[in-house]
Amino acid sequence: MADFNEYKGVWVFCEQRQGALMTTDFELVSEARKLADELGCEVTGLLLGDKVEGIAKELGGYGADKVLVCESPLLKDYTTDAYAKVVCDMVNEYKPEVLLIGATNIGRDLGPRCAARLHTGLTADATHLDIDTGKYIEFLKESSTIDLSKQKFDMEDRNLKMTRPAFGGHLMATIICPRFRPQMSTVRPGVMKKAPFDQAKADACQIVKPAFELTAEDIKTEVLSVEKAAEKLVDLIGADVIVSVGRGISKDVNKGIELAEQLAAALGGGVVGASRAVTDAGWMTADHQVGQTGKTVHPKIYVALGISGAIQHTAGMQDSECIIAVNKNEGAPIFGVADYGIVGDLFKVVPELIKQIEAAKAAQ
Amino acid sequence: MKAIVCVKQVPDTSGKVSVKPDGTLDRASMATITNPDDLNALEAALKLKDATGCEVVVVTMGPPPAEGMLRELLARGADKAVLVSGREFGGSDTFATSQILAAAVNKIGVGPEDVVFCGRQAIDGDTAQVGPQIAEKLHLPQVTYVADIQKDGNTLTVKRMLEDGYMMVKVQTPCLLTCIKELNDPRYMSVNGIFTCYDKPMEVFDYNALKDDPLIEVDTIGLKGSPTNVFKSFTPPQKGAGTMLKGDDVAAQLAGVLVKKHLI
Amino acid sequence: MDFTLSKQQQMVQKMYREFAENEVKPLAKKVDAEEYFPKETVEKMGKLGMMGIYFPTEVGGAGGDVLSYVMAVEELSKVCGTTGVIVSAHTSLCAAPIYENGTPEQKEKYLPKLCSGEWLGAFGLTEPGAGTDAQGQQTIAKEEDDCWVLNGSKIFITNAGFADVFIVIAVTDTVLDKRGRPTKLCSAFIVERTDPGFSVGKAEDKMGIRGSSTCELIFEDCRIPKDRMLGVRGKGFQLAMATLDGGRIGIASQALGIAEGALDETIAYVKERKQFGRSISAFQNTQFELAEMKARVDAAKYLVYAAAQKKQQAMDGAKVRYSVEAAEAKLVAARTASDVTRRCLQLFGGYGYTRDYPIERMMRDAKITEIYEGTSEVQMMVISGALLK
Repeated sequence: MADFNEYKGVWVFCEQRQGALMTTDFELVSEARKLADELGCEVTGLLLGDKVEGIAKELGGYGADKVLVCESPLLKDYTTDAYAKVVCDMVNEYKPEVLLIGATNIGRDLGPRCAARLHTGLTADATHLDIDTGKYIEFLKESSTIDLSKQKFDMEDRNLKMTRPAFGGHLMATIICPRFRPQMSTVRPGVMKKAPFDQAKADACQIVKPAFELTAEDIKTEVLSVEKAAEKLVDLIGADVIVSVGRGISKDVNKGIELAEQLAAALGGGVVGASRAVTDAGWMTADHQVGQTGKTVHPKIYVALGISGAIQHTAGMQDSECIIAVNKNEGAPIFGVADYGIVGDLFKVVPELIKQIEAAKAAQ
Repeated sequence: MKAIVCVKQVPDTSGKVSVKPDGTLDRASMATITNPDDLNALEAALKLKDATGCEVVVVTMGPPPAEGMLRELLARGADKAVLVSGREFGGSDTFATSQILAAAVNKIGVGPEDVVFCGRQAIDGDTAQVGPQIAEKLHLPQVTYVADIQKDGNTLTVKRMLEDGYMMVKVQTPCLLTCIKELNDPRYMSVNGIFTCYDKPMEVFDYNALKDDPLIEVDTIGLKGSPTNVFKSFTPPQKGAGTMLKGDDVAAQLAGVLVKKHLI
Repeated sequence: MDFTLSKQQQMVQKMYREFAENEVKPLAKKVDAEEYFPKETVEKMGKLGMMGIYFPTEVGGAGGDVLSYVMAVEELSKVCGTTGVIVSAHTSLCAAPIYENGTPEQKEKYLPKLCSGEWLGAFGLTEPGAGTDAQGQQTIAKEEDDCWVLNGSKIFITNAGFADVFIVIAVTDTVLDKRGRPTKLCSAFIVERTDPGFSVGKAEDKMGIRGSSTCELIFEDCRIPKDRMLGVRGKGFQLAMATLDGGRIGIASQALGIAEGALDETIAYVKERKQFGRSISAFQNTQFELAEMKARVDAAKYLVYAAAQKKQQAMDGAKVRYSVEAAEAKLVAARTASDVTRRCLQLFGGYGYTRDYPIERMMRDAKITEIYEGTSEVQMMVISGALLK
């Protein structure tokens, strides 16, 4: 077991694509700041790319004390080999206690490769992180049905407690990595809250450019091109209102989607989401999918139309502020997570709902 | 030339999921299926077999009942199956599991023209970690989220999905690819495949068969050895029952609620 | 007597169910509404070995067993009666007689392509004037130096519009019986779609199995090579009857599947449908109807499976006949299908009468199983003939 005293600091791998940072980087830095304050240490961003120094300071505005910037033309496009080498070399040199990575398609490629190389554990898709045991106990009080009187806790325990949903949220597990460092976790975009941006902090953020080794021979894959999807993709994670459709629209798929769009508009502007059944059937593209293998969302309003509510789906939306469900089947599991449920035919209910909402808005 | 496919038998979470009083999953009450992404991985391997005549080997780490799943995969067209099974392996996290599977794949042998296929993630653990970790252990280049594969000799050109687009990536064999559902439509078991699958070879690798492999560190496998442990597991409190709106004016009721909550 | 399915039989059943659910069910409404012959399904089934399930791999078959074949027709018919009969007619009425009676050359020429689904098979016995009175054959095959010349017509031939290979029964000889009365003897022939003088008439407009291609076969000086006679000259009628014994098991299985499919749909519906403040599944009438139908369907199932087992024994070399078992299976399963689909539609009520729900189609599909490949009356003749020998 390594000497843990050598490992200090909370690091966030900050992903950039085409020279732009991702929102999830700011979310993670905000969260890292909280953890670092409990640990009494610094937050360091780790930024890899080609000519990306200019975007680093923004991370300071969310709480990063310092950003290590590793630049090379070989880091312009993501490759597993280049990024894993630089990240692992930096970690081995500077020895952070904690390393957080956003669970993007790239983060999920990079995280496990690094964890294996660094000979440490990795927790995937953490939704809640704690250092301080007292705070963790508070979290358990609010979020679990555990009888805390029967539990023993070591209040001095400073291991990172990484809580994640298993089986689509039916079960929550808090994972620890007690024997190895750094403690690593990936975090899904849209889960942690971004702190308010502080310009003064951004200005004070230290930019460091450490030396590192990377040659073309280290890289075993070749990126031929990076393409953006032809149509603009739907932003589910940033939406305040999401109206999702499920197998219940099969009677008239186009009408169902149209009604969902109209309802989203009536609710103040929102996006249309889909259950896996809908994307599997090809009625909507995969970027609309909400759920275990799709996106996790927590909008202010989530409307589920003709969605049965199997866990794969509810896993992705159950933390929405207000969940409304419309389904023909009174026994549909979706009603178990909905705040308001209507048993009925969505093709009849939704037009009426739109009418009533417009009327209510006009009356205000 | 070989295509090696790592697969996992998982509970069918599209059915009912029940949790035992102690907060752990009641796996016995659930049907098991082959992890969906792994079927795409197998189909990619079978397409390679159709094109090149290569051998397809499926390997899984699991308890003895996983043989049933392996036979189904043989019935779909795989040639050989390997079951990695032993009490010592139980309770492994992804680090431990990937060591064990890497050792098994190593024992099967990865030649210069071979490809290792994995599904992107399993629907029970949901981590998407084992594929890349196996690649790391075997020192193979990896490409994840693969949605298309073109092969030209030992060079693969693959389409690697991003959230808002994709990358075209070239990689040489031997390599490891993780597959997503957009890659292909898995074929069904064929009648002849079913009637011959029990004649195809299946090997069992137990702890003794693998423990001396250089890829295995015996004190980092199994429940005790895994770098990550479950500190606590719990069920979230049942969400307070929602309100079922009833009557002829449900739409008006709902609009009223939304106004009251300042949501519209 | 072991009623458990073998591991392989459980696996094929699982595969058939997935295939039926994903590939067949989505087309079923269109197949019925548009009289659409599902060629794409036939192609997919061919690739999976479902068009030659119980024939050995040596002849291009899938190396399965008779029960696996019966379960295929059953599972397909649960979601689409048309698709079930396509497989049944092709397998039992065309591939099977070639397998059981063909010369090595004939088997080599036809079986691999039939089993792979590249060629589709059909069987022509019935004529406008010869239905239950099958011996009233009028299609004639005249021997010439280097060929047979067929003249006449067949009617109600399943798969005809899309088939490549046809087993055709025709009169080849007239002999005098003991009393000096002339008796016609038939022989069986293999006719190919492209044979000169052979054509397929237009498809019948039917009550049910509307996607099944049911047409006339027309022979106008149709010339076929000598090597196309199947089996022994003059024994064509016996070959036809033996073929129908196997075919009846297939149709019995189709009927069984239709009944089971109807029951499945009805059980789901009665749980959902509410009247008088509760699901109609709470009412005793519904419960008793479903219970009684289930028992009858299972009874039919075991007759069908028992007939399949007997045929399997015969194929494995045992000197057993299965005509009576096949007749019983078809008699009971077909009547059960008609009865169950009708009663299920009644439980659906008004909605069941609309085409929004599949039950009225199932009821229309069920009826034919009491008629083709030997009417229920013929089955009773077979059974009583054996009883009163």
